[in-house]
Amino acid sequence: MSETGQQLRNKDIVGIKDLSCDEIELILNTAVGFRDVLRRDIKKVPTLRGKTVVNLFFEPSTRTRTSFELAAKRLSTDVINFSVSASSMVKGESLIDTAMTIQALGADIVIIRHSSSGVPHLLARHLNASVINAGDGINEHPTQALLDAFTIMEKYSRIKGLKIAIVGDILHSRVAKSNIYCLRTLGAEVRLIGPPTLIPEGLIDPDIEIFHSMEEGLRDIDVVMMLRIQMERQDRGFFPTTDEYFRFWGLTLERLSLARPGAMVMHPGPMNRGIEIVSAVADSPQSVILEQVTNGIAARMAVLYLLSGRRG
Amino acid sequence: MMRKDLNLIIRNGHVIDPSQGIDGKGALLVEGGKIKEVFQDSGFGIQADSTYEIIDATGLYVLPGLVDMHVHLREPGYEYKETIKTGTMAAVRGGFTSVCCMPNTKPVNDNETVTEFILRKAYAEGACYVYTIGAITKGQKGEELAEMGMMREAGCVAFSDDGLPVMNSLLMRRALEYSKVFGVTIISHAEDLNLSSGGVMNEGPLSLRLGLRGIPVEAEVIAIKRDIELAALTGGRLHIAHVSTAGGVRAIREAKRDGIEVTAETCPHYFTLTEEAVRDYNTNAKMNPPLRTGRDVEAVKEGLSDGTIDVIATDHAPHHMDEKLCEFDRAAPGISGLETALPLCLGLVEEGVLSMSELVKKMALNPARILGMEKGTLRKDSTADIVLVDPHREFTVDSGEFVSMGKNTPFEGRQLKGGPVVVMCKGRIYNMDTGIHKQL
Repeated sequence: MSETGQQLRNKDIVGIKDLSCDEIELILNTAVGFRDVLRRDIKKVPTLRGKTVVNLFFEPSTRTRTSFELAAKRLSTDVINFSVSASSMVKGESLIDTAMTIQALGADIVIIRHSSSGVPHLLARHLNASVINAGDGINEHPTQALLDAFTIMEKYSRIKGLKIAIVGDILHSRVAKSNIYCLRTLGAEVRLIGPPTLIPEGLIDPDIEIFHSMEEGLRDIDVVMMLRIQMERQDRGFFPTTDEYFRFWGLTLERLSLARPGAMVMHPGPMNRGIEIVSAVADSPQSVILEQVTNGIAARMAVLYLLSGRRG
Repeated sequence: MMRKDLNLIIRNGHVIDPSQGIDGKGALLVEGGKIKEVFQDSGFGIQADSTYEIIDATGLYVLPGLVDMHVHLREPGYEYKETIKTGTMAAVRGGFTSVCCMPNTKPVNDNETVTEFILRKAYAEGACYVYTIGAITKGQKGEELAEMGMMREAGCVAFSDDGLPVMNSLLMRRALEYSKVFGVTIISHAEDLNLSSGGVMNEGPLSLRLGLRGIPVEAEVIAIKRDIELAALTGGRLHIAHVSTAGGVRAIREAKRDGIEVTAETCPHYFTLTEEAVRDYNTNAKMNPPLRTGRDVEAVKEGLSDGTIDVIATDHAPHHMDEKLCEFDRAAPGISGLETALPLCLGLVEEGVLSMSELVKKMALNPARILGMEKGTLRKDSTADIVLVDPHREFTVDSGEFVSMGKNTPFEGRQLKGGPVVVMCKGRIYNMDTGIHKQL
């Protein structure tokens, strides 16, 4: 599905910040072919038959794990789900031991989610298998950014020059981080909206504009990307209450009307309806939240395919 | 083999002893394990019988044995990381003849029994002299004062809740007040734990880029300023451990200018490395306080140069490999520092930040003075704690060669210059070209 000769440079995908613009475009182009596969009656191709993919999740996840699992199955790989609860880690086995065990089982590709940033990078150095980061701490979630870019491309056929607002807890969001790197690399105009406690001022790309007011930040936006607000942030004092958060930073129809007509609304899920987004927006024709889920499979198929191809 | 009868002559070296203002060609006469006389010439004319060993120090510095006022020897309780024996061997290999060990052992050194255990063990097994630093509060919990007086009588030279700073300002005030009875120093690991909470590296663009939680410089600066205010209020003797920030250096400089009794130390990694060492999630570059920016490194050097920072200590923090080969968030902070400190410090002399004599002050005389130890000097009748340093010897850091059990160094593979060739203490002569363990 990729043009001949084009390959990813590294055996792993641990972050968008390590990918070039060409590599991101290669993945997005490859995903187009797989999206078409997913629209057929028989949604499965034999491309990666005989390959073994392991979902190694150290953090609970249903959506991302299922998406990767389905992507791997659509490519005819054998998939194993290996969930390690925090408690069994406490019981003793080290991270490296767990990963080496997975490798000894014969994994070609290991998909890792972990609550500590940098874990995929550490394992990538220790494993011969390819490592895909499915979310590490507050660092990156590269395949989410790829599927988001793919979804934007579907509608606008370009990313360069689009005005895209990311709203919410930028500081702790790996989705936001990966999206910032991805969209900036692809030439979008990115702005961040949220309370100062959740946006590290002046520490990101100097070309990124920061807004603390939704009303100002949403003006003339082509895409608004909402982030999930995690309840524990309230307990740790990043904002007083979810009610107050909603009052100032919740996405309502009224606020959405400040954006460009027909602006696209995205959310990586799971949504907190009534906290960061109202149902009227989430369920509106402008929302592509369910397309994001569908596209996630195509984007992940592309990543699995390109990494396998690289391994020959 | 302990030799009380150590008699020797060290000839034709470059003797530096700031305690006597000596800095030039010289020789040393050692008798009965004590320094008998310092000669300010080559010493070829010294008359002695054949029982005297003669060491030719041509091309070498002859210095008082170095004093490290901040190490973690891990015993009792964490013998899988380091023991008193291996830690003191590492000290000797680094040119240190006296070390002061922090109280965060298991159990915590917060009572005279633990103090006595460490000192007894160190007397028997230690390659160099060991002094203990007792905990300020029971269990380092920051709740109630430990028995400082009794620990002082048992041999503690200072008190610190290193690593778990006393957050309660009232309790810190009491510690600074109460310690005055015994004339001992309170060592502050300056960190506002609420502000640093959850952080694992310096806060800034890089922490954001790596997705690691940051510790702002203010976590150190605020704590230093608080403790300076409390020292001013109480008149207690305050020493700030491992200063890592420009703001910290500035606060201490101002306090000294105002006549407040405060001293300070930094560590080789804070004037050598920046947060860049953390890139790629290198857990060996994780420490507390964290490595900072180039601006902070420059400020620390300025502080060393203008005398704001009195001491260079290693904060030797050996860990087991498994405690570093893991998630960055979970990795134990600290470096195995004793065996790389001196060459890194000699780099400051090469750079022109310090003169050799100032360096010897910061690595020997000043820490001994701050803690009231009769060390760090070549004065007549002091014990023969001597280190001979070759400033030109080049080597590549290889943690596999460390005698410390802690192989955790961010300097692996780095080319360094200068180091000890002969170390004398406890009546022994250690030749660095022969393995230290063979000489115990």
